[in-house]
Amino acid sequence: MSARRTERLLNLTICLMAGRRPVSKAELRQSIADYRDSVSDDAFERMFERDKDDLREMGIPLSTEHHDPLFDDEVGYRIDPRAYAMPEVEVGPDEAAVLTLAARVWQQAALAPAATAALRKIEAYTGADGGAEHADGLGVEPRVATSEPAFEPLYAAVRDRQPVRFAYRGPRDPQAVERRLEPWGVVSWHGRWYVVGHDLDRDDTRLFRLGRIEGKVSTNGRPGTVTVPAGVDPAASVRSLAPDDAPREARIRVPHAGAHSLRVLAVSVEPGAGTDLITVPFGDPWSFAADVVAAGGVVEEPDDLRDACVTHLRGVLAEEAPR
Amino acid sequence: MSGGVEHLSRLLALVPWLRTHPGVSLDEAAAEFGVTTERLTKDLELLTVCGLPRQGPEDLIDIQYWSDGIQVLDPQTIARPLRLAPDEAVALLVGLRFLRDLPGRHDPLIVDGLIAKLQNAAGDAAAAVEQIAVSVDVASDAADAVRRSLAERRALRIDYLVPSRDEVTDRVVDPMRVVAQDGRSYLEAWCRVAEAVRLFRIDRVVSADVLDEPIAVPPEAEQRDLDDGLFRPDPDDTLVTVEVGPRGRWLTEYVPYEHVVTLDDGTLRVVLRTPDTRWIARLVLRMGGAGRIIDPPELAESVRVEATRLLAAYGDTPTP
Repeated sequence: MSARRTERLLNLTICLMAGRRPVSKAELRQSIADYRDSVSDDAFERMFERDKDDLREMGIPLSTEHHDPLFDDEVGYRIDPRAYAMPEVEVGPDEAAVLTLAARVWQQAALAPAATAALRKIEAYTGADGGAEHADGLGVEPRVATSEPAFEPLYAAVRDRQPVRFAYRGPRDPQAVERRLEPWGVVSWHGRWYVVGHDLDRDDTRLFRLGRIEGKVSTNGRPGTVTVPAGVDPAASVRSLAPDDAPREARIRVPHAGAHSLRVLAVSVEPGAGTDLITVPFGDPWSFAADVVAAGGVVEEPDDLRDACVTHLRGVLAEEAPR
Repeated sequence: MSGGVEHLSRLLALVPWLRTHPGVSLDEAAAEFGVTTERLTKDLELLTVCGLPRQGPEDLIDIQYWSDGIQVLDPQTIARPLRLAPDEAVALLVGLRFLRDLPGRHDPLIVDGLIAKLQNAAGDAAAAVEQIAVSVDVASDAADAVRRSLAERRALRIDYLVPSRDEVTDRVVDPMRVVAQDGRSYLEAWCRVAEAVRLFRIDRVVSADVLDEPIAVPPEAEQRDLDDGLFRPDPDDTLVTVEVGPRGRWLTEYVPYEHVVTLDDGTLRVVLRTPDTRWIARLVLRMGGAGRIIDPPELAESVRVEATRLLAAYGDTPTP
């Protein structure tokens, strides 16, 4: 984009902020070179409209005001300097170091430019250098990845409260199916991003893993049309929507020197000769059977867990049988 | 953002920043804003021809740049930074919340204070922050010990679970830093047993004691460069080929692989590298038939042997 357009936008911004009263369109047309040099009224109108849109897109609070409502006078334009500016922030060196770390979280991820811009605005008040070395000394390096292509459009939809639709392939689906969602939030959990919201076709709260979304995420309605129910905590929703049966206890025989991944969960251990009998709480028998088998444990009770392990092992052998 | 708006954005950020960093050089300012020195010089030139309508010298932005650095003498109404955009507020606030739950030398109270300050400064722009979260999964006892050991600069003794070898190992480590990649936290430390820098997953630290002796990281210990990711494959690793059906697809989301091919019947054939094949054997056992090892054959056989042994313990002999 031309430097000339940037100049014009900058002049417009300064002009609208400097005036103590709203500036009329006529005055602007006289004051700003490109408006003055417009070939026609029409050309000026179009240029001016686009310029106003651009400034508002940046978050600049450009307001339209009437000089005098009684006389239905000319409309005037203004940027209130107090609405324009970020409120002053005071940040000490310890805090500056922590802020630098918080911005680093997004390094190489979608919100990195936004994080840097935010930090810089704060530094415009504090004059601090971001305390980069100080940050290094804090002994923690937090990072988040947003490698899923669906992250950016879904984050934007959540931010703008806009419905979406996308093709989704669940863990057992042979093909992707189109889903329509009013998104409430995006959460990174155990290293993966999830979107939670109201599924329009199932008419219920649903959770989707972004890595399983295939193709584009399209908007499916206007911004601002999604209402997030009061008290929704996306992170809590993600944790609670994972399947979770009421815990029961299993008794499992494990070799003396093994099955540590089960032992660390055990509430009691009965030592024996060659093997120990441990008691372990579990929820869903099918997913726990996988853990028990992988650890080399043998279930004594309950029966449904025992049967699940047998089925599981038979499955392994059927698959492993030479073809 | 369109190009023009991005350019204006930078200029509006530049003037306030230069005001509080007087005397900064062209090169330093360019580096801070991620542009070339040439670009920054053009930006400054553009700024100095902008200002109020009458455009007499007193109406223009006045920036001087000499050998002793850049000085803003008259910012013409754009002395203060533009209020935070929603993405900017969200980025920092989500980052701060993530940080609060992680062990490290930072003070959680400072983090809380910053969150409050930022929410105040951001106003409505921070509304969307409730809708985005990064969950941290840290076992609290181990995390507390790690935090204390870093804060007091004392060595740590840990019982660490290595699932692939099904061992709990006892070792003394010298903590260097905590690395949190997404929701998982790792302690990067000098391991005195291995005599090397190691990454320990904090949720696998079964127990930890802060020792009296100080942290003694030797000079040759190097921090990992995280830009390549946390784990790098070694050419000496074993290549393993696994085939998975629809129920086993999650494998490709769970492990880094060399390549994957979709076969005619929809089966995925995944090739991956590992220094220790035992964890793959366990993974396939875990899959319950949703996947099988194609290569190396000895590894496939070891899975069959283990599954047969376990079935026999249930009094079940497999049909041949």
